[in-house]
Amino acid sequence: MRKTYTNIIQIAGDVITVEAENIGYNEIAQVFTGRGTSLAQVIRIDGKKISLQVFAGSKGVSTGDKVKFLGHPMRVASGDNLLGRIFNGSGVPLDKGPGLSENMIDIGTPSVNPAKRIIPNKMIRTGIPMIDVFNSLVESQKLPIFSIAGEPYNELLARIAIQAEVDIIILGGMGLKYDDYLFFRDTLEEHGALSRSIMFIHTAADPVVECLLVPDISLAVAENFALEGKRVLVLLTDMTNFCDALKEISITMEQVPSNRGYPGDLYSQLASRYEKAVDFEGAGSITILAATTMPGDDVTHPVPDNTGYITEGQFYLKNGVIEPFGSLSRLKQQVNGKTRDDHRTIMDTMIQLFASYRQSAEKQAMGFQMSNWDKKLLRYGKIFEEEIMSLKVNIALEKALDRGWQILAQCFNPEETGIKKSMIEEYWPKKQ
Amino acid sequence: MPEKRKGFIASINGNMVTAVFDTFAVQNEVAYIIHGNERLKSEVIRIRKNNAELQVYESTTGLKTGEPVEFSGELLSVELGPGLLGQVFDGLQNPLYLIAEKYGFFLKRGVYLDALDKNREWEFTPLVKAGNKIRPGERLGFVPEKIFKHYIMAPFSTQRVSEVVWIAGGGRYNLKQPIARLKDGDGRETEVYLFQYWPVKIPIPGYAEKLKPKEALVTKMRLIDSLFPVALGGTYCIPGPFGAGKTVLQQLTSRHAEVDVVIIAACGERAGEVVETLKTFPELVDPRTNKPLMDRTIIICNTSSMPVAARESSVYTAVTLAEYYRQMGLHVLLLADSTSRWAQAMREMSGRLEEIPGEEAFPAYLESRIASFYERAGLVRLYDGSIGSVTIGGAVSPAGGHFEEPVTQATLKVVGAVHGLSRERSDARRYPAIDPLISWSKYTGFIEEKQEAKGHQILRKSNEVAQMMKVIGEEGTSLRDYIDYLKGELFDFVYLQQNAFDKVDEATAKDRQSYIFNFIYGILEAEFSFRDKEEALHFFQQLRQLLRGWNSGPWQSEEFKKAEEETSALVNSKMATKKEELNAQNLH
Repeated sequence: MRKTYTNIIQIAGDVITVEAENIGYNEIAQVFTGRGTSLAQVIRIDGKKISLQVFAGSKGVSTGDKVKFLGHPMRVASGDNLLGRIFNGSGVPLDKGPGLSENMIDIGTPSVNPAKRIIPNKMIRTGIPMIDVFNSLVESQKLPIFSIAGEPYNELLARIAIQAEVDIIILGGMGLKYDDYLFFRDTLEEHGALSRSIMFIHTAADPVVECLLVPDISLAVAENFALEGKRVLVLLTDMTNFCDALKEISITMEQVPSNRGYPGDLYSQLASRYEKAVDFEGAGSITILAATTMPGDDVTHPVPDNTGYITEGQFYLKNGVIEPFGSLSRLKQQVNGKTRDDHRTIMDTMIQLFASYRQSAEKQAMGFQMSNWDKKLLRYGKIFEEEIMSLKVNIALEKALDRGWQILAQCFNPEETGIKKSMIEEYWPKKQ
Repeated sequence: MPEKRKGFIASINGNMVTAVFDTFAVQNEVAYIIHGNERLKSEVIRIRKNNAELQVYESTTGLKTGEPVEFSGELLSVELGPGLLGQVFDGLQNPLYLIAEKYGFFLKRGVYLDALDKNREWEFTPLVKAGNKIRPGERLGFVPEKIFKHYIMAPFSTQRVSEVVWIAGGGRYNLKQPIARLKDGDGRETEVYLFQYWPVKIPIPGYAEKLKPKEALVTKMRLIDSLFPVALGGTYCIPGPFGAGKTVLQQLTSRHAEVDVVIIAACGERAGEVVETLKTFPELVDPRTNKPLMDRTIIICNTSSMPVAARESSVYTAVTLAEYYRQMGLHVLLLADSTSRWAQAMREMSGRLEEIPGEEAFPAYLESRIASFYERAGLVRLYDGSIGSVTIGGAVSPAGGHFEEPVTQATLKVVGAVHGLSRERSDARRYPAIDPLISWSKYTGFIEEKQEAKGHQILRKSNEVAQMMKVIGEEGTSLRDYIDYLKGELFDFVYLQQNAFDKVDEATAKDRQSYIFNFIYGILEAEFSFRDKEEALHFFQQLRQLLRGWNSGPWQSEEFKKAEEETSALVNSKMATKKEELNAQNLH
């Protein structure tokens, strides 16, 4: 029988302090208040003073309320029963289904031994040329979508989710607008993907502590499936809300802030989540795509900045398209050498020329005289934007490569592209 | 044996635990927290009255107040001996492959294994006789390890001079058998084994003198070797925003650099990147030795999701191993990726200690810690006259890509060369994305001084013209300036940029670099005559294509010679003067 304590001696923010003994660090407790029961987690122990972070928030908690410690860290149910279900950040069902308590697993498990990881080698095809050709997505990759409020990042996430070949989709929503949550649910349902999906949803109206749990819970469940051999795609949106929740809690705990109020361990906090992306040798894999909104479109803001140092590249979504500059898939080299031998040539050449096009366009905007070369570039840039870059384009990789050669031949002479002779001889479209 | 000093947990905050002790505590000693049958390693980092504050190298989940703590009296140390090469360790020198074998996919808490296999036997050959006087770090004998003679040295912790009382004869010994007995000036005898312990935070002594780094370390990256060289025993740093290619640059260096031993410290970075090295190095062949690259490599990997406190110690573990192999008379290159994560680990701990924060909440001792780390590099002359070196190359990940931040600034002050990466260059896919305009080196390379200066000059000039053209347009630029601009671009495209995915182009040896630089120097110095800018542009585009082909032709092959002839012919056709000189150079 676990003891119940009633002597809450301090309430600050969502953190309560209670006097108790024999309590483990990170242990979970139940707080019984006039408004119901909430879970809470031990975040500091100082002698007998135990500080707990209350998941449902401290609103309405009385100093006379009861706290019961459960003797174990945070756990979540796992397994096939979760498929098609929707939960909140503490694992409580949001749909009309029953609560689950089978196969309980700890969240925040230890890190994978680097010696047991394998080099990722399977491309995930999306039908989006800006991803497939220029920045291929790879199984077990962790990639954020850097964007700003108002951009269609959730639409992009949903489209990748339904087109990507994976076994299970786990959606972790943090500070999500209720309409966005409905959008995800309906889109997955429309494309028949809901039955292989699990959602952990924290909406903007929910208590902030629950927001912190969403990535951990989503990834713990994902890891469990991956160990059973499933390929899991985890979608997290929006990680900036997660970081803001971290900031709020750490300031409440009177920690010294490091950069724009964020805690000094922001990098480690993000890394411990993103690093859950893995390809288990002889079992399944976890791939993470995470929307990260950049306040003020500033990539040097601490959240996108720290994220960029952790993830294996990023997709930069701006003005409704994936920007070729700033977007990067670090793992693309693992797969794009095995697709077709002109893949890398097309990738490099088209981007270098597109960079030159941007310069010419800038010159044009400033009213300079356009040389013949500038005019060629301007024509190329326009065609590239329409036929390759637009998110409306939905074609297979090989088709996109063929289209690339056609566009080049339409706009340039072979030597103007700087492509190696042997490649030109093999692939340059012959004049009809 | 004194009785084990004990204490118990009084408070827990993240990975910092405060323990109350009964007798005394030693700053920086290792302490173990006893949690059920788990023993968690920690280090004493501050002592106040009878409270010792410990940074725990593991997750603290489940720890309770009142649980016992044992103080070991020893500083955090590593094992130094034969069998280190080719291994993969975590920040505390636990062998990761062995752990994987025993515990599977995950890193189990509280598991510490010996870094070296104590039962493995090595063929020992003595080099001294009983009665010899010997200084710490002097050689007693050697065992063969991979391609090297691994010297067994008098322990670095012994007194200034000891006498060899007994030395084992040649034969096979394991790490548990003594191979010598030494007697110090006070008559105390110590037994010597094939391995010894050394505390990571103290530099290894035991050499005659530290020398000034002179000779260039050949990385086979043209941009580095020709314009911003690194010296054996020197230090350099690679600051750059994320995505600019720091890690790829370090990976290429770890493969191609002409040194004896490479130690890679993956400190707080992505696990995926280490895995690439882990899996490819055993299969890649080192062209100098025809053995797997892994044979000359040690990897210390404490990736970003592994415990933060061990990240702090991982760079020290790495540099201690580097210093140890330096003592064998070898040239060691230590690549640390990234020192910013190491600094952040210090910041996290400093925050928990509630120290008064410095700039961006980094602790006030940040600069001195960074400086003393880089100072562990150096070229040394050992007692027997042979030369060994430790070269340190540290990646720096400045927050927001701003070089003004504290870690970058503290690093710039103490290194001998800077290879600054820029977002503009990597966005334009110009790899390696080392920006010549923000990089510098105090070392001298193997390219002739005059030629190197010309390289720097044309890049600056080309950049100036490019900036000007943005304002006044191409039509407002004189043909002369425009040609300089094109020359700079050509130099960048065909010499500075290297294709890491081209078998030949990814690494350029010293001879080839000198040869090609000399050839391109001819083009940079040449006067051309063109009708207009368009003709000039077309000419340089053609030249670029030819030279790129040249770069992927194997050294001195038919393909190589043909490309060279074609290029020369093209150059000569547009040359205004100096034709004879260029020809003369080519013949030469």
